[in-house]
Formats: sequence, structure tokens, C-alpha cells
Amino acid sequence: MLKQIEGSRAVAEAVAMCRPRVICAYPITPQTHIVEALSAMVKTGELNAEFLNVESEFAAMSVAIGACAAGARAYTATASQGLLFMSEAVYNAAGLGLPIVMTVANRAIGAPINIWNDHSDSMSQRDAGWLQLFAETNQEALDLHIQAFRIAEEMSIPVMVCMDGFLLTHASERVDLPSPDQVDAFLPPYVPRQVLDPDDPVSIGAMVGPEAFTEVRYLAFERMRQALDVIRDVAIGFQAEFGRVSGGLIRPYLTDDAEVVVVALGSVLGTVKDAVDDLRAGGMRVGVLGITAFRPFPADAVREALDGTSRHVVVLERAIAPGTSGGIMTADIRMALASAGLGCRSVQHVSTVVAGLGGRAVTRRSLCAMLTDAADGSLEPLTFLDLDTGLVGRELDRMSATRRSGPSAENMLRDLGITASRIG
Amino acid sequence: MFQVRFHGRGGQGVVTAAELLAAAAFSEDRHAQAFPSFGSERMGAPVMSFCRIDDQLIRTHEPVTEPDALIIQDPTLLHQADLFAGLGTDGYMLINSTRSFEELGLDEFVKDFRRDRLLVVPASSLALTHLGRPLPGGVMLGGFSALTGVVSLDSVLAAIGEKFTGQVAAGNVAAARAAFEFVRDEREALTDA
Repeated sequence: MLKQIEGSRAVAEAVAMCRPRVICAYPITPQTHIVEALSAMVKTGELNAEFLNVESEFAAMSVAIGACAAGARAYTATASQGLLFMSEAVYNAAGLGLPIVMTVANRAIGAPINIWNDHSDSMSQRDAGWLQLFAETNQEALDLHIQAFRIAEEMSIPVMVCMDGFLLTHASERVDLPSPDQVDAFLPPYVPRQVLDPDDPVSIGAMVGPEAFTEVRYLAFERMRQALDVIRDVAIGFQAEFGRVSGGLIRPYLTDDAEVVVVALGSVLGTVKDAVDDLRAGGMRVGVLGITAFRPFPADAVREALDGTSRHVVVLERAIAPGTSGGIMTADIRMALASAGLGCRSVQHVSTVVAGLGGRAVTRRSLCAMLTDAADGSLEPLTFLDLDTGLVGRELDRMSATRRSGPSAENMLRDLGITASRIG
Repeated sequence: MFQVRFHGRGGQGVVTAAELLAAAAFSEDRHAQAFPSFGSERMGAPVMSFCRIDDQLIRTHEPVTEPDALIIQDPTLLHQADLFAGLGTDGYMLINSTRSFEELGLDEFVKDFRRDRLLVVPASSLALTHLGRPLPGGVMLGGFSALTGVVSLDSVLAAIGEKFTGQVAAGNVAAARAAFEFVRDEREALTDA
């Protein structure tokens, strides 16, 4: 049924239709509306689940681990500092092979404290052993949750569904809500591979020494790679059941004859597509490659999509890897293009464009200017889009003028004459 | 694509108003996107929200910087923030006020615009009368419908009816209808003049 609702509400409705038995969450902006809606559904009896209002994110993931190990379908949601706070348990959930589904309403990490969107939170858990699926739209966010439970339970690997905070969570858009019957037909009841059962006791979470630790890790590593096929197959099955393309590994847009291709994750893809349409109207051969599955990284699919006419690949990143040549996903893209014996023949340049940190708007105008630079060969290997170099320069001047120049963040806000931060 | 920017203060229903407009457009089988610009979420702090309406899928997620219309729920913001940024000379603006543009000190500003597209509506007064509380959000959408014709009054009233229940819905519907009539009469007076 078509509905005009907030993204958080759409996700809550989708999660409810997946019939989780346990929901545990600690509220944090911009995830709050999702768990508020779910708690209301549990309160009214619309959703038959146990809702645990825990005292921290660490507890939220710990409860999810316990619930899942006891055989219950378990769900939680968090963002930013909350994800960092639960990090130890995040690794444990994956290490134990428990198919928990968690929404990450992507938000920057402090300091400086910032409630707005970027991808540094989920990227910080890149190697935790969770699948990470990124939603481009609210429709996809809704759909990915339904797919996530299916993928997680088939593989016994937890799944993070990443959706851009505010940009998606707080946006009211048109979505097609499936019926509970459709979701039931697509998502069978959870049959755990391991379960804590008093009638058939086992222990889960044993200490494993050097005699088997490598083998346990190796198996998890290989299972993660196998998840690529499962993600793809589940998206195909989803399309058959629900009649729309959602999820999967990658999403190419006008890449067939493109000389410049932007690779990106999440809701910025919509704005990038608008920019690409503008530039194509002017005769520029540009395209977009959306990455839906960030972990496991679909290197083969990426290489196939980029090898052909594309000469210049621009990786748009909403997170940075300090101390490297730029972005986090750029490393994955470079590896995909350079894998031994499978090198991509056409791509000559890979650039990183860091954009949209901490809620900085990524505009069509800036994207068009950046892509025009890419097409004429003048785009630098690393660009911070719309960087206010004057602001940075003035702080560098203050730092060189005196030893005790004070906190940079506050100095720069004062420089701008801003007393309260705002978006844009 | 038609783009609207709402300005108001936390607690006035600025975000709800954008969502109601999106719901009204949705009921006309159009695509719509409503979203807030959250800063520090405090009662009384300046708040912006946005609504896009189009006949095709809306893909962009950038803020509205060149609005086709401004809805200003709180006239005390007029001289505090850069409310008119990006509004073209063909743009629409509706201000919640019992005073005229001249009385608001905007007579110089309005000279560059199409005068019948910049109007005031006493939305808080109408809300007080019909709803008992000075909440202008839904009410102004009645006026917006009369001003722009982008969505019909019926769609606005239906969106209000879906969002609220009981007396709150009835009061908002009555006030939105009154705002529609007020703005329609205001436009006719200007067009005749």
C-alpha cells in the first residue's frame, strides 16, 4: 500500500512485519523515532514482542545477543556514539554467529559533537564481521530490513542496515508498504542454528585458544564472502515477491558508456543522479555506481561495472580515514580494480571526494562542478567538497601566532560568528 | 518541481506543516518529500522545514535553497534570520500576521515581487478562534492553497483529518478553511485593484 510517511516510521512498520520477538534499544538521535514507534506498537499489542528499554547501547546489544542465542528474532537500532559504546558487543554478536538485525541511523562521531549525518559511525565497525547494507531511499531502507532478517538468518551473520540520519530517517516520502502476509511469505520463522535450550543444554561463547581460533575466524571470513551470493539471491527473490528492485550488491546508473563514474553509498545517490542527468544533457558521459552492500564488499561486481568505458572513477565518501590518502571506500575500490590477474583495463584514475561530513549539504551544484573537473582531468586525487579553505587558513594563522591558541572547533565557530550550529 | 520552505519556531508545528503539505500532495497522487532542518531542538528556537512536490519521483536530498514559496509561521523571525534567501521574483510568500507588509516594514522588499503572490494571513488568530490554541501550521496551508493552487483545499483538509482526530482535527479544518477564504479574498482585492 502506498503511504506518505516518515522514513523512521516506514522502517518501524517493516521491522514490525518481520515479527521480532525481542527489541532492545537505547534512544539516540537520529534513530529515536524508529524505536519510539516500535515501543508504541508493542505497548498497544499491535506487535507481539518484548521491548526492553535498556540503560545503554552496550546493554542493548548484549540483550540482543542473549535473546538471539535463546532463539528469538532480535532487533535493535542505534547511531554515532551509541554504536561506539556498544562496539565490544557488536564484535561479539558477529563472532558468535548470531543473526541480529540493527539499524544504524548514520550520524557523525564526535568530537566535536555533531548530531548530523555522515558515515563515520558504521564505517568504524567495518571489520566487526557484520554485513553492512546501505539504503538509497526510504523505500530501500524499509525493504532492506525485510531482506536483512532473511540474509542474517540464512547465514547466521548479523546485519547492519545503514540509513542516512535525518536525510532519510526524518524525511517524509512516498513508500510502498507491503502487507504482513507478503512479508510472512518471504521471511520464514527463525530457525536458529544454535540455541540455548534448558532441555538440551549447550554452551555458547567458549574460550578458544590458538589451537582453533584461526580456524573459527577463517570460517567466519569465508562465510562473509559467501554472503555475497545470498545478498544477491535474496534481492532477486524480493523482486519476485514484491515487484521492485531493492537491495542487492550494486546499483549502476548510466554507466554503460560513461567515461567518469561516481561511486557512492546511501541517500546522496539521488542527488548524484540528478547531477548526472544535468551533465548528460550537456553531452558529458558520466554515470553512477551505487554500492548497496558495503560489507561484504562486492569487488567482482564493482570491477565488472567499472571496466569498460570508464577512465576516471570518483569515490564519494561521507567519512575519512585519517592518516591515509583519503577515504575508506576508496581503498576497497582500488583493490577491486587492481586484484591480481583481474586488473581493470580502462580505469586510469581513482579520485576521492570527501563530502557531506557532519551534515554539510551535498548539493547538485557542487557535484556538477566537481564532475566537470573530473571530465576535463583537473580533479585532484583528494578533494574535500565545498571546503572553506579561508576558515581553515585563519585557524592555522592563529595557531602559528601563539602557542595557546585554544580549541580549534570553538575558534572556527567564533570566526564564523555562529553561536549555535545549524545544518546546511 | 515546486519547492516550499517553512520558517517558524520550535513548538509551532513547522515540521508537521511540511509533512501535512506532503500528505496533501500525496493524496493528489503526486510525489512529495518533506523534511526538517534540525538544529538544537528547543522550544522557541528558529526552525526550518522543507517540502518538495513533483509529478515524478524526487531523488534529491539536498536542502531547498531556491524555494518557489516561503511560509513564515512566525513574523518575529522577519528581522532575525535571512528568511527570503533564494526566493525568486516570481516566488510566493505567506506570512502569519494580522499586519500588512507595509506595517511589517517590508514595503521596500515587496516592490521587486509580484504583489499578488506575497500575502499575509492571521493564522494564529484564526487558530485561536477555531482551535483554541495559536498553532498556525495547518491553518497556513489553507492559505497556501488559495495563494498558489499547488494543492487543493480539499487535499489540505484531508491531510489534516488524517493527521489529527476529534476537536483538534475539526478546529484545524475550520481554521484552514477560514485562512483559505481570507487569502482568496485578499488576492481578489489585489487583482481587482
